[in-house]
Amino acid sequence: MIQLEVLRYNPETDQEPRFQRYEVPFRDDWVVLDALNHVKEEIDPTLSYRWSCHMAVCGSCGMMINAEPKLACKTFVRDYSGVIRVEPLRHFPVERDLITVIDDFVAKLARVKPWLMPKEAPANGEYRQTPAQLKRYKQFTLCINCMLCYAACPEYGLIPGYLGPAAITLAHRWNRDSRDGGREARQEEIAAKEGAWECSFVGACSEVCPEHVDPAAAIQQVKIENTVDWYKDHLMPWLKK
Amino acid sequence: MSTREWVFRHPRYVRYMVREFSCLFIAGWTALMVWGLKQLAEGPAAWAAFLELLRTPASIVFQLATLAFAAYHSITWFNLTPKALPLQVGESFVPGWVVAGAHFAGWAIVSALVLALAL
Repeated sequence: MIQLEVLRYNPETDQEPRFQRYEVPFRDDWVVLDALNHVKEEIDPTLSYRWSCHMAVCGSCGMMINAEPKLACKTFVRDYSGVIRVEPLRHFPVERDLITVIDDFVAKLARVKPWLMPKEAPANGEYRQTPAQLKRYKQFTLCINCMLCYAACPEYGLIPGYLGPAAITLAHRWNRDSRDGGREARQEEIAAKEGAWECSFVGACSEVCPEHVDPAAAIQQVKIENTVDWYKDHLMPWLKK
Repeated sequence: MSTREWVFRHPRYVRYMVREFSCLFIAGWTALMVWGLKQLAEGPAAWAAFLELLRTPASIVFQLATLAFAAYHSITWFNLTPKALPLQVGESFVPGWVVAGAHFAGWAIVSALVLALAL
C-alpha cells in the first residue's frame, strides 16, 4: 500500500485548502494518475482533477507531485518512497481540489497569434517545405500545453504578467516556420518587456518539460533575434520598408 | 512571493541563484580594479599601498571567491550557448559541444594573450 496526501479545496464549503490522506494499493506499473483514479472510483468520488489521454500527449494532468511539476500519467509510484504529496499546479489559482484556473495561460497563447500568416499565396494551392525547413522549427511544435513550465518558472511566479515559456515558444515556432510571414505581427507581444525579456534564463522550464520542447532555448533565440532587430532598426533604418 | 519561498524548492533554483549572485563579486572586483587604477595614477607610494592591500588575507579570500564565482558563471554560460545559437546544417544541427567548445577555446586564447601581455 502507498499513501497519497492530496490537497483538497471545495470553494463552496471550505474556507481554505486542506490535505487529505488516502491509502491506495501499490502496483508496480501504476502512475500517480492510476492512484488518483483508484481514489475517485473506490474511496472518495468527490476528488476532482483533470486528465484525459493517460499517455502524456494531451497535457491535462499537470500537477505538483512532491513539489515538482509533473504529468500524473507519466509519474510512476514505484519511483517514490513514503507519502506522495499531490497538489495543484503551482502559480495558477485553484478552482477546486487539483483543478486550476488556466484562463491566463489560454489568453496568453492566443495573444501570440499562433496561426499561419502566409508570406505569400501558395503556388498550386499547397505550401512547399523541405525536411530541412521543417527541422528548423519542429522541436518547438511538440508542446502539449501542459503548463508544467509555468509552474516551474520563478519569473512567472513573481510576475504574473510574464508571457511565459510556452507562449513565447509557440510564437517562435511560427516565426521559424518557412511558410509564415507573421513575425512582425507577433513582435508586439514577444519583444515587449513582459515578453521574452522577463526571462532570466533559469532554465527550469526546459528541465520539467515532458516533451523536450526546450522553451528556454526558444526564449533565448527570441532575445537574440529581437536584439539584432533593434540594432538593425537603429543603425540601419533604411532597411525598414 | 519572496525569494526564500522558491529558491530552496529544488537544487536547480539554488544553482541559478549562485550563478546570478556571482555578479556581486564581479562588481566588487571591478570596483577594486578601478580603485587600483586610481592608485596607479597617484604615484608609486599609492600603487605600493594598493599591492599591499591585494596581499591581505581578506583580499585574497575575496579574489579567490571572485575567481570561483566568475569561473562558475562563465562555464555555465558557455555550456548554455548551444541553446541560444542553433546552427543548422541541412537537416541536422551542429552538436552542442562544438558550439560550447568554440566559446571555451576563445576564452583560452584570450586568456593566453592576456597572460602573454602581462608576463
